[in-house]
Order: sequence, then structure tokens, then C-alpha cells
Amino acid sequence: MPSPFILDRSSVTQIMAWVLAALLPAIATYVWLFGPGILVTLSLATVTALAAEAAMLKVRGYPVQPFLLDLSAIVTAWLLALSLPSLAPWWLIITGTLFAIVVAKHLYGGLGQNIFNPAMVGYAVLIVSFPVQMTHWAGPLELSSAPLTLAQSTSVIFGDDVPKSTLDAVTMATPLDSLRTGLLRQLTVDEVMTAPIFGRFGGTGFEWLAAAFLLGGLLLWALRIISWHVPLTFLAGVWLTAGFLHFYDAGRFGPPWFHLFAPSVMLGAFFIATDPVSGATTPRGKLIFGLSAGFLTMAIRTWGGFPDGVAFAILLMNLCVPLIDQYTQPRIYGGARKAKEPPA
Amino acid sequence: MSRELFKFKGGVHPPEHKAESNGRPIHAAPLPRKLVIPLRQHIGNPAKPVVEVGERVLKGQMIAAADGPISTAVHASSSGTVTAIDLQPVPHVSGLPDLCITIETDGRDEWIAHAPLDYRAMAPADLRTKLRDLGLAGLGGAVFPTGAKLNPGASGHCPTLIINGGECEPWITCDDVLMRHHADEILQGMAVMRHMMGSTEILVGIEDNKPEALDSMRSAAAKLDFAVEIIAVPTLYPSGGAKQMTEILTGKQVPSGKRSTDVGLQVFNVGTAYALARAVHHGEPLISRLVTVTGHVLRPQNFEVLIGTPMHTLITLAGDRDGTTGVLMGGPMMGMPMPTLDAPVVKATNCLLVESKELFPPLPKALPCIRCTRCADACPAELQPQELFRFAKAGDFGRAQEYHLFDCIECGCCSYVCPSHIPLVDFYRYAKSEIWAHEKDKRAADLARERHEFRQFRQEREKTEKAEKLAAKAQAKRAELAAEPAVVGAAPSDADAKKALIAAALARAQAKKSDAAPKNVDHLTPEQLQQIDEIEARRAKIRELARQPLESEEKNT
Repeated sequence: MPSPFILDRSSVTQIMAWVLAALLPAIATYVWLFGPGILVTLSLATVTALAAEAAMLKVRGYPVQPFLLDLSAIVTAWLLALSLPSLAPWWLIITGTLFAIVVAKHLYGGLGQNIFNPAMVGYAVLIVSFPVQMTHWAGPLELSSAPLTLAQSTSVIFGDDVPKSTLDAVTMATPLDSLRTGLLRQLTVDEVMTAPIFGRFGGTGFEWLAAAFLLGGLLLWALRIISWHVPLTFLAGVWLTAGFLHFYDAGRFGPPWFHLFAPSVMLGAFFIATDPVSGATTPRGKLIFGLSAGFLTMAIRTWGGFPDGVAFAILLMNLCVPLIDQYTQPRIYGGARKAKEPPA
Repeated sequence: MSRELFKFKGGVHPPEHKAESNGRPIHAAPLPRKLVIPLRQHIGNPAKPVVEVGERVLKGQMIAAADGPISTAVHASSSGTVTAIDLQPVPHVSGLPDLCITIETDGRDEWIAHAPLDYRAMAPADLRTKLRDLGLAGLGGAVFPTGAKLNPGASGHCPTLIINGGECEPWITCDDVLMRHHADEILQGMAVMRHMMGSTEILVGIEDNKPEALDSMRSAAAKLDFAVEIIAVPTLYPSGGAKQMTEILTGKQVPSGKRSTDVGLQVFNVGTAYALARAVHHGEPLISRLVTVTGHVLRPQNFEVLIGTPMHTLITLAGDRDGTTGVLMGGPMMGMPMPTLDAPVVKATNCLLVESKELFPPLPKALPCIRCTRCADACPAELQPQELFRFAKAGDFGRAQEYHLFDCIECGCCSYVCPSHIPLVDFYRYAKSEIWAHEKDKRAADLARERHEFRQFRQEREKTEKAEKLAAKAQAKRAELAAEPAVVGAAPSDADAKKALIAAALARAQAKKSDAAPKNVDHLTPEQLQQIDEIEARRAKIRELARQPLESEEKNT
């Protein structure tokens, strides 16, 4: 064996475990403010992801155990589950997870080889294919007349035939969706935002979920698992774009803090855009990646066909990573920038 | 300390493990019965033997002479009889045996006559040659011939002289112990360096995990009649790398592909300064050095060891233990495993690190790269190791070079931090060797093409010359005939001229024909091809021998 002969005590498993741990505050907040339904979604996505991962490893002739233990499949499952509506039907969860693990991850070569963030691919496939089911968001408990228990949530998720009236009683348009439809109905931002779904910064309940994601993200930053570059520039991209639009016409464009404190933005900035595999690697590249993804998020929210744009923004930027990396190579020790001839 | 220190980018802080061996006093290792002294212990041309088998040699006698300016001599470490000049196992990363001179010692340890050098009176070039003949080479790791490095270049002076006492690699303490016990001699050697380099600023960088060494060096420096700054630098691997130490102390980076003297500074290891003092003030060649023996042994410590001493004797001295899994020469970050402990201690041997399963558990299996860029954060050369890995793995060596593969110093920081446990440095070594091999092939092909083209040109030229000669001859003949028409008559003259014209035209046509069908290497017989191959192989070998790696930087680990 060649040098070096010692290793730091880090591992992929350790990194993934910390990412999962950093999601726990958000999951707890989710349960507290929106009910226990998310636990069912998380569990179903986890089981599906592990089964798909094991099957794909087997098919591809890789050792199953070390790759299952790297926990990367669970991270994908949780990120997807937290992006999905909390009362999405079971088949939606399974379809999205399968697509993320089988197509976006393994058909591209498995861990470390995927160009796109698998969870976001799964999400994008679902929102494009099943837009109606992707609106099954449970409203925050404080606005709900009859909160669902764990058993009720389970039966909603697994119910083959949930009456539309039942669903309508427990689901609610998200704040972003409400803003979008309100603005489409020619209401001003101020008029739309008088609805109870809008809270102090973001949406009622949703803003606390966003704060919990922020807390987890700061934990990852403090542990040096992620660097500040992508989250900060992503948030800056969202805030600056939203701020500019709001300043330009406060009646037609929502306030920047509202856009910033959407859970999807915090989840995207700290947990998804920071995915090292599908993100930019150079310091300057990370700044460009984050800022552009933030800007694209707002562009899609404002002018696109979907209420939220985080997933598409990140996927679009994933596409640009090879280009960004190539043109943002940092200066090396001793200052050489151009290619050097090998010593004779 | 008033001096502002700078930080180099990257670096890691592995467990230091210095306390195991730095507390015990220096012990002189006993004289072994047999010394095996390799001829290639330094960067540059191997030394050429100047003794014969059966010859009696004295301690300090030159047994192999330096070959060229980038080379150093090799000396008998003790008195005895030369019993063999042949291939023996040596500590080299290739694991291949190399030419060595074996001396059966007689136990008398009888010195050859030697005297101090009056270095101030000597011409710098003569002094450099003398130091080369005393076998001095950098003891920090790279073993670059010291004489060649003690050259300030055209400007005649090198403003800044840096003495490197970083010793950042875990486990190794030979420099630490040397500074504790021989600070005066180190500074004497430094004074010689100052004289030769014409330096005005002298900086000694020592990692702050060696407070005793710092104290000892400071009190020794206080006795000098010129200013020397003894500077504690933060403990961070690889601060003892020459480039990193330079940046810490001066904030300057040595430009990629240039030498440190180009930016007005030169770096020497403390051990080299000590060896220089012994050489100049006592006339002693480099025949011994300090070696740390540590790790899985009963009494980890530093020994003063004669060059050529078999490694296993040192491990026995330090107390070998059950459960030894291997021995490294050097530290855990850049050291190399020793295939056999019969290999001798050489000038580059700073440490023998005995491994056990507890101290050095087997490394976990590598997982795929997840592009986390921890390696890039740790890289002191400020490279993008994850990209270099990708290119090296894909065999895309051109891209690897574009991404500055050859600026990699192989310090191992990237591999150390990699959460996927990828042996990154190994991939870079592989890519470098592939590129070197490719360059060699390319040069050989270029040479063959040049020779072929010249041959074609020569053949063509010969044909043209021949045709011209023929035409000139015909012309002369015609002129001759035309000159005597009265004698023979006009008719035969006409016929002859026609003949000459035809001959010239034939010659031209022939020349043209041979042009149209050049004899190139496509139509060679297998015998000819084989002959060419053999010639090429011989040439390649000669070229390789002639072209030694020129490492201007002394690495100090």
C-alpha cells in the first residue's frame, strides 16, 4: 500500500448521517405544525429507496452492504419526501422515489456519478406528470378544523378511494400557490396576503418549517459538511431578485422575506443545492451556481407555470455544472493558470 | 514574536505522535559488521565507484565519486574491507535492488586524514565542488545535492535564507532532537550557508509543537554576532514542505515551475545545516545521520546511525515487538513501506516507523468520489484533486496536466481527508508515470521521424547530385565534340550530342522515378525493423540515464 497510511475519521456514511440529523429539526417542526402525516411519507420513501437501491446494486453487480450503509439513498428519500405534499398518495411517493433512485441515480452510474440531484429529478417528474396530486398539502394545524391523526393520515395516503370532500377538508393551497392564484385573479399582493395562510414572514406554519430547515442548514455549515458559498448565494439570489421585483411593483410581486421563508427555498439552499455530486465544485463556481439557482427560482415563481421553482432551478443549474467548473478553476499555488508542460 | 506570519492554504492536522520518541537522548547505533552503501542516495547521477573489491578503506574515505554537477560522492562510514560491489536491496519506492558497495567492517573505526575547510578563503565554486565530494545532500527528504543548492545564481546573492525545522510529519522527531542537542552546530552550518548565499535575512521556522527545540535554538542564536530570527510556526501538516515554510515565513509563493532562488530565497533543512557544519568545521563527509525509530517498538528513540547500517539492527536496538505488520521509511503521510529490512539506512532515512494493526489499521475500502471537495480544501498546492482524480481514472492525462497535475507535491492531505477513502495520491503518481512514459515514447518517435526525413532528404540530394553530374558530363562531352568539328565532321557530332541528351534525360527520368517511390519505413524487412527497435531501445536507455529528474526543491517532511 502506498502513502499516506493514515486517514482522517470521516466517511461518506458520517456525512450522510449528519445530513439526516440536520433534517430532524425540520421533521419535528413538520409534525408539530402540520400533523404526523409526514412520518408516513418519510417511511414509505425510505423503504422504497432502500429496496430500489439494493435491487439496482445487485443488478449492476456492486456489493450491496457497503453502498446501502453509505445512507445516500435515505438522504435522497428524505429530501424527496420533504418536498412532496404531506398527503400525497402512496403511489406518488413510490413512483417519485423509484425514479430518483433507479433512473436519476443508478442509470447515471450510481453514487457520485449522477448529473442531476436525484430527489429533484423525482420531484420534477411528479409535478410534471401528476400536478393535481401534487397539491395535496395538509394545511397548518392552527388553520385546520379537524386535524388528522397518524392513522387518518395513513389511510388518506394509502386510501385507494378518498372522497374528494375529505381531501378538500384537510388540504389547503400553499402560501406560494395562494399568492400565485390571487395575482392571476388580478388581486394585489396586499389583498392576497390578508388570507390567514400568510404569516409574519412566509406562510403560517410554513415559515417555522423554513426556519427549522435553516437551523439544520446552519448545523451542517458549523460542522463543515457544507460550505457557505452555495446556501448564501442561493438565498441572496432569491432575496435580491424578489426584492428588486417587489421594489419595482409591490402590488404585483410578493415581498422578498415571504419568498425567502418558503420551506422549499431553505431546503433547496442548504440541503439540495449543496449536493456535492451534482453541484459546482470550485469556490467561484459555487457562487455562480447558488446565485443563478436563486435567481431562476424566482424567475420560475414569477413567470413560470409552477407556483414554486426551486427544483427546476437546481436541475437547470446541475446542467451547467461542467461548464461552470471548467471556467472557474482557481489559481493554484505559485500562480500558474495556463496548462503547463511536464518536466523533462 | 513580532514577525507577521502567513498561512498557506489547506493542510491537515493528523495526530502528532512526537512524544513517543523525542524524550530520549540520542544514542549512537553500534558499528554493524557489514555496511551496505548504495551509490544512488541523492537526486541526480549515481556516484561512480572508485574502490575495488578486496580494497581496505578507512572511515570517511570516498568510495564512489560524484558524477557531474548534480551528484554527490559516497563515503565509507567505517574502516574495513570492500567485499562486494553489486546489486543489493535498497530503500527505494520501486522495490528494485540497486548498485551498492558492501564493506566488511574491522571494528577499528579508523578515520582517514581530514581537516577543517577554510571556507571563507575558498572560491565559491571550489567550495561547492568540495561539498559535493564530501557527499552532502539535503536531509529533509528530497536529498538534493547541497553543493548545487548553495548557489545564489547570477545575482551573486540570495537575500533570504530559510532554515526549515518544521518537521511536520507525524511520528518523526530527528530534527526536533537534533535542534535540542545540536543547536550550535546547526547555526554554524547556517553561517556557512549565509556566507555562500550572501543572505542578509535568516529565518528559522520551527513548528510550535517543539518548544524545547525552539528554546534551544533561540539561546544558541543569541550567541551569534548576526541576526537570526527563530520563528515558531503553527503546527499544521505540511508546514515543513519547503514551499509551505516559505509562504508561512515570507508570504511569498514560489512561482509554479520556478526555483525558490528566482524569488530571492533558498530553503535548507536543519539536518543539512548540521551536516554542513560537520563538513566545514571538521572536514567530515556525510557518513551518518539521525534516524527516528518509533511506532510499534519498545523504546522509540533517535539514533545516530552510520549510512549503510541494515535497518533491522535499529529495530532490534529499539526493541522489536510481536504484532509488527510492517515498517515504513519516513512518516505515515509520505513514507514508503520497506519490502525488506536488510535494506540499509541511507542519507534520506529520517525515520523507521514500525507498524502494527493497532497503530495503523488497514485502510477501509474506497467508495466512489462524491465531489465533496474536502480534498481541494486540504490541498496545499491549491489544486482541484477531485478533478485530477477524475481525469487520472479516465486516462485523460492531457486534462490532468491542464489541471496542473505536476504541481502536486504528493503530500497526501487529499487522501487523508477523503471521506470515500480513495487513495488519491496513488492515482496522481500513476498519471504522472504514464505521462512520463508517453513523453519518452513521443521523443523517441520524433527522433525516428527526424532521422527518417533526413535520410529521405539525403537520398534525394544524392540522386539530384548524380543526375547533375551526368548532365554536366554529357554537356562537357558535347562541348568537346563541338570543339573539333573540322577533324571528324559535323554529322557524328550531332549524333553524339543527341546521345548525350538522351543519357541526360534518362538520368533525370531515373532520378524522378526514385523520388516517386521513396524508401520509407513501411517497406522495411523484419530484420531491419528489429535492428531499428534495438537501436531505439539502446538510445532510450542512454537518454534515460542521461536525464535525471532535476528537483530544485528540498522537501522536508
